[in-house]
Amino acid sequence: MHEFLAQLINGISLGSIYALIALGYTMVYGIIGLINFAHGDVYTLGSFFSLAILGLLGATGELHGPALVIDAGLALFGAALLCGIAGVLIERLAYRRLRNAPRLAPLITAIGVSFILENAMQVWKGPSPVPFPAILPNPAVTVAGVAISLQQFVVVGLAIATMLALQLFVHGTRVGRAMRATAQDRDAAQLMGIDINKTIAITFLIGSALAGVAGFVSGVYYQSTWFFNGFGAGLKAFTAAVLGGIGNLAGAMLGGFLIGIVESFATWLLGGQWSNVAVFAILILALVFRPSGLLGETLPEKV
Amino acid sequence: MPLLELDAVTKTFGTLVAANGVSLRIDSGAIVAMIGPNGAGKSTIFNAITGIYAPTAGRIVFDGKRIDREPTYRIAAAGIARTFQNIRLFSFMSALDNVMVGEHARLRARLWDSLLHTPAQRAEERETRERARELLAFVGLERLSERYARNLPYGSQRHLEIARALASSPKLLLLDEPAAGMNPREKHDLVALIRAIRDRGVTVLLIEHDMGLVMELAERITVLDHGERIAEGTPAEVRRDPHVIEAYLGAPAP
Repeated sequence: MHEFLAQLINGISLGSIYALIALGYTMVYGIIGLINFAHGDVYTLGSFFSLAILGLLGATGELHGPALVIDAGLALFGAALLCGIAGVLIERLAYRRLRNAPRLAPLITAIGVSFILENAMQVWKGPSPVPFPAILPNPAVTVAGVAISLQQFVVVGLAIATMLALQLFVHGTRVGRAMRATAQDRDAAQLMGIDINKTIAITFLIGSALAGVAGFVSGVYYQSTWFFNGFGAGLKAFTAAVLGGIGNLAGAMLGGFLIGIVESFATWLLGGQWSNVAVFAILILALVFRPSGLLGETLPEKV
Repeated sequence: MPLLELDAVTKTFGTLVAANGVSLRIDSGAIVAMIGPNGAGKSTIFNAITGIYAPTAGRIVFDGKRIDREPTYRIAAAGIARTFQNIRLFSFMSALDNVMVGEHARLRARLWDSLLHTPAQRAEERETRERARELLAFVGLERLSERYARNLPYGSQRHLEIARALASSPKLLLLDEPAAGMNPREKHDLVALIRAIRDRGVTVLLIEHDMGLVMELAERITVLDHGERIAEGTPAEVRRDPHVIEAYLGAPAP
């Protein structure tokens, strides 16, 4: 039983990272119908930016008190902002001109952008995993006999806070409404005075910033990063988005948590070599039995 | 000075001439109708005015400014709103949200305000919602405000499109066949609604096939046929015009 709860908590922690990444996939798909395969690499970029900012601040080990709040805050917001800018540049340079091209063209371009980012990051930090400073103190709290680390609290707490903020933004603001309108009918949105180029750029900005948050969070959680991290994490987050119903925000979050939990339990019960098999088997089952995803039909609202 | 002036607007698609040198002047505060057989170029003119197509030749001046090379969203923000022949609501948004999207151009909240939920943003959001409710009440939809647009009855969807178009506080409202599919009673209500809209200070240009409604409502009528303007005048003048009779009945003018 303790092991079950421990694995569940691991799964939720892992799942909150997938959920944050999945939101970016689903937002971009919702607004321009593109599976942005470079999105996983923007997540890796987030951990690299966090690492660079912590390096500039001289934070190499455990931090306490104000230093912890300031340094971690700067790394988090810096990574989110820089990833957001990277996302806007990717859209502007690689995707915008292809917006009315056959769907395969931007898809291949996205794979190309993914390779460019991976190779750039390999040049930047080398081909091997890079250690990420363990900035958080590590007192575990024991709840019902299960140890929960501070990292896990921070990971899950940050992810949930970010998702709530996104919901408020999308449903209760002028810019969020413009995003939903553009996703549903681009021409009608323009006739309402919405600048769709700007709105699509904002969607990339926010989706990529969420990947930046995920990058920071994963660095803190795993205390390691690697230029190729985004490939696997990106595919799993994409699976999460499809499982939840691509284009649907609540679905991406639900799918992210489910994939995290499945991966964690598969690792425990079947062994680590089976975890990817379990995750992608779920993708296949979802595509066969519920192609529109878990929430794809009941909550069809896009972005 | 007219509110809207089209000067010899031509739009071609390859060898097809959809509109050929169409000129039109609409004075502020008027209700003007554009009629003509199917394929006469009426919707092409609407699309040219709203910037969906750039005219091949000619000029469009709105409120003293040339708009025929402006992007659609700027034309909308300058004060031209429209409805569609085939309803184009945001299907998976509530009626209230549809109207609030319509208010987009007149709101000031930037990305930063929206992300941070600043006090100014929240105040504006409350005011936006309040105004959207008023507009829904104006078109008689106050009780359906939380329903998804696609779940509304057909007639209500047409009214919702009008409320959404009015939300931007336009100077000019373009209605593309607003009475299509309506029964006589609904048409009667529509005439009253369009007059009430004009009384709010909005100039109205409509495309309509129902001649009874056009003759009752419009102060001036422009008739198009095969992409060209064949007549312009008051309802009485247009009704007597031999070119109009020929276009509609297919008989040669006596």
